[in-house]
Amino acid sequence: MATIHELHKRLVNKEISAVELTQAVISHKEKVEPTVHAYLSDSHERALASAKAVDEAIAKGEAISPLAGIPGAVKDNICIKDEPATCASKMLEHFIPPYNASVIEQLNNQGLVSLGKLNMDEFAMGGSTENSALAKTTNPWNADCVPGGSSGGSAAAVSSGSAIWALGSDTGGSIRQPASFCGVVGLKPTYGNVSRYGLIAFASSLDQIGPITRDVTDAALVLNAITGHDPKDSTSIPGARVDYTQSLVADVKNLKIGVPKEFFGEGLHGDVRKAMEEAIETYKKLGAEIVEVSLPNSKYALSAYYIIALAEASSNLARYDGVSYGLRVPADNLVEMATKTRTEGFGPEVQRRILLGTYVLSSGYYDAYYLKALKVRRLIKNEFDEAFSKVDLLLSPTAPNAAYKFGEKVNDPLAMYLEDICTVPANLAGIPGISIPAGMSSNNLPIGMQLLGPAMGEDVLLRAAFAFEQARPDCQLVAPTGEVSI
Amino acid sequence: MKISQEEIKKIALLSRLEVKADHISTVEKELSDILSYVAELNELDLEGVEPMAHAVPLHNVFREDEEKPSLDHKLALSNAPEAEDGYFKVPRVVQE
Amino acid sequence: MSSKYETVIGLEVHTELKTNSKIFCGCTTEFGGSQNTHVCPVCLGLPGAMPVLNKKVVEYAIKVGLALNCEILQFNKFDRKNYYYPDLPKNYQTSQYDLPICLNGYLDIEVEGETKRIGITRIHMEEDAGKLVHSGSTISDSNSSNVDYNRTGVPLLEIVSEPDLRSGAEAKAYVEKLRSILQYLDVSDGRMEEGSLRCDANVSVRLRGTEKFGTRTETKNVNSLTGIQKAIEYEALRQAQVLEDGGTVYQETRTWDDAQGITLAMRKKDAEDDYRYFPEPDLVPIVISEEEIDEARKNLPELPDAKIARFISDYGLSVTDSTILTASRKTADYLDATVKAGADAKTVSNWMLGDLSKMINENGLTFAESKVSPENLAGMISLIEKGTISGKIAKKVIISMWESGKDAETIVKEEGLVQITDTGAIEEIVKQVIANNPQPVADFKGGNGKAIGFLVGQVMKESKGRANPGMVNELLQKFLND
Repeated sequence: MATIHELHKRLVNKEISAVELTQAVISHKEKVEPTVHAYLSDSHERALASAKAVDEAIAKGEAISPLAGIPGAVKDNICIKDEPATCASKMLEHFIPPYNASVIEQLNNQGLVSLGKLNMDEFAMGGSTENSALAKTTNPWNADCVPGGSSGGSAAAVSSGSAIWALGSDTGGSIRQPASFCGVVGLKPTYGNVSRYGLIAFASSLDQIGPITRDVTDAALVLNAITGHDPKDSTSIPGARVDYTQSLVADVKNLKIGVPKEFFGEGLHGDVRKAMEEAIETYKKLGAEIVEVSLPNSKYALSAYYIIALAEASSNLARYDGVSYGLRVPADNLVEMATKTRTEGFGPEVQRRILLGTYVLSSGYYDAYYLKALKVRRLIKNEFDEAFSKVDLLLSPTAPNAAYKFGEKVNDPLAMYLEDICTVPANLAGIPGISIPAGMSSNNLPIGMQLLGPAMGEDVLLRAAFAFEQARPDCQLVAPTGEVSI
Repeated sequence: MKISQEEIKKIALLSRLEVKADHISTVEKELSDILSYVAELNELDLEGVEPMAHAVPLHNVFREDEEKPSLDHKLALSNAPEAEDGYFKVPRVVQE
Repeated sequence: MSSKYETVIGLEVHTELKTNSKIFCGCTTEFGGSQNTHVCPVCLGLPGAMPVLNKKVVEYAIKVGLALNCEILQFNKFDRKNYYYPDLPKNYQTSQYDLPICLNGYLDIEVEGETKRIGITRIHMEEDAGKLVHSGSTISDSNSSNVDYNRTGVPLLEIVSEPDLRSGAEAKAYVEKLRSILQYLDVSDGRMEEGSLRCDANVSVRLRGTEKFGTRTETKNVNSLTGIQKAIEYEALRQAQVLEDGGTVYQETRTWDDAQGITLAMRKKDAEDDYRYFPEPDLVPIVISEEEIDEARKNLPELPDAKIARFISDYGLSVTDSTILTASRKTADYLDATVKAGADAKTVSNWMLGDLSKMINENGLTFAESKVSPENLAGMISLIEKGTISGKIAKKVIISMWESGKDAETIVKEEGLVQITDTGAIEEIVKQVIANNPQPVADFKGGNGKAIGFLVGQVMKESKGRANPGMVNELLQKFLND
């Protein structure tokens, strides 16, 4: 399997050049993309130029970063200067950011080779990428199924091998759930661990950029590359970060893993339940202590999450009015112009969420919805704190089911929201979570396991995830078209 | 929790979104369903609970009062749907 | 009608702060600059850009709060105020709502010789909006507008008063005093014409003797001190007239048309006024310690009220003169500096209020830019006291000082203006004048005492103003009475 760490070795050993590697991934991409449609735009020329620079550095005998020259791709809500950032919306279809997100600045200093921008649910609102206004991304395991979302393009690209790694963003599970659906690793860092500057906001107090990769080692490598305090993001956690590759130790002997019973509720598919039971057995065999824990308020997490996320979204998306960037539908006066622009520029789910978000903040409803949600958020955070005083990690499914067919849920907004039940609590509490492959469903679709850790506990997460990955090679499967010949 | 059509019209105006007459009852149902679901929060006793607006317990994040270069003027206007003499141009502000 | 109704006024004053950079980004706050050149992803509200708070803004807000006797909220935060307007790129203004930085202060103003205390409800920090340039002559007759975001994100303090003001004159006095305090603190230029100080007036009227407030209107676009008084007086009269005619005053926003001297309705309060405030997720709360507040209090400059008191007690100046001389910190500092250079305060005050003020005003300058330095003024006063020059000569000397920037002693030497105190020399001139002016001499001797004035004048003229006036007087008396 072509991973960052394996390809890095080949680059350093001069078995392959970065340009050759980039060309190989591009030609593989050209084979799978007609079916997968993970990308919204390409930057092959730029990628090859960057790869050439990496080759020159190698030729000069310079040390290169682990990610240098390894082709990746970026979710289309992260700004790269002079490349489109559409958020998969007609609103921003022709928007070209005049600046780089902080993570892109960081990655550029580490020899970033980005093949393009990846599809997503419009403005990251959704869990299947069906809400993209610009492309339909399919699941590399089964083209009739959704790739998950909102970072569906990121997960599908990594799974199908059209990118070795990708950046996604996670507001309520948008990295972890598509990673689960596509059989790859997705890590949502602690809120504030990775800079949000340049990430086009959906819900600012919940959004976080993170890696989608082919294995846990790669997740640690990408996290290393994008973590750090950023003075441009007021919510960025100060101080130095640890080297996350130090956590890649296959040893969980002294770890206590909590299993929150509320995450194993009625809606859980039998295949998923079975995979989780097997995972628990694996950890037991590896010497971890498994304890059942209860997070009684987590059942309210979904409601609190939607109120907070939509309230923030209604304000974050107010700027798209046709005045200084993005779509403009001409009209005689300003109110009409903004209304027409927004009504034509936003898809139905985005409009629904803006209306709801506006409603819960409006006079007379603020206390009943928004303020209550903020209080429930505190209760949930307290409950996690309490749990992490007793256990090192929590284990749960990432999603109640494997990938589903197109059109199955998209017309029932509430059913769609209920899909996020296992992932949203981490965003409310600001804690890190990882989804790793944990088996296959009876109809041959990947199932993801979620591990949650305390704030800034990514090291523990990675250690437990790495141990599982080493112990269960049967779960490390590559999608049918995902093997890149390099 | 049911949202009225009157309220939908109000929030549509505040959101600068048009809800077409033949669509308003669909919106009414969709929003009401979701609002009914989230009304489960009313079950909780939240008296004295401190609201949590941020996921990180940070405070006093400042920058020094230092001038930094602004965007190149052309770049600043590069995404403008309509520009005139270095300004962003918009249609009339007042509705007739 | 004016005796029947009482006017109730609350003011919202917005002041731009004198920082180098904007409140949430590094763009310059400099006034002017060609359109959309002081902008960046943050103040343009580009997708993905994030604000970081300028520390200086908090420091300035604390200063102003303390100077206005406010409580400083040790935990305060930013909120988003959501509304659509093209000068607001994000369509929300980052402001402070339920926990502003300052609450519950007051400001004492002088009205008709009496001190009146005006409550300050709150002070909060926020970002300024951009500027719209309309294609037509007014917003209403324009088919399009152009937007300049250079001012977007310039830091503002909004200072909200209680409805304690009762007349246009009081409102004017309040803004004048507030502006002077902001200038003393050196946090704002307070230039109303440039928009660095702006005022919205909430005005209502009620029958005199009643408790309940009438419906208020909010008048915007008042950009001069006299405008404030006139706009409020007009609006109060308008409302009283509406009520007298049996009509209803609507809660609405009005705009002051300075040229016509009237307020015009802009828009009524409606559904759009639902601002949906909520905590700004991109900024974290501000926590201010007791020590920081104490430190800021210690570092506050002497404010106008304290200065007036000191000028009266230490310098022996009158209340009126002290008030005039403290209206601007620059003026008061000039007085202090001149006194420090050794001059008598009362004499300094006379020169400042007289000849020097005239020259400063004629040149459109402030005392800080006076071409006669405090040291030079003190030097000139010392020459008068020593008798080297007369007061009359001094009036010439000060002009020369202004023009040349030289000190008094140099000028007196160069221009030969030293006072003649030699009795013999003055006697010569006196005798000559008596000889040349028989008629006035006769008048004087005939009992018209006033005639001596003419003769003194003639002697001064002959001596080119250099004769010591006391000695001239004395010698004339002596010779005429002989």
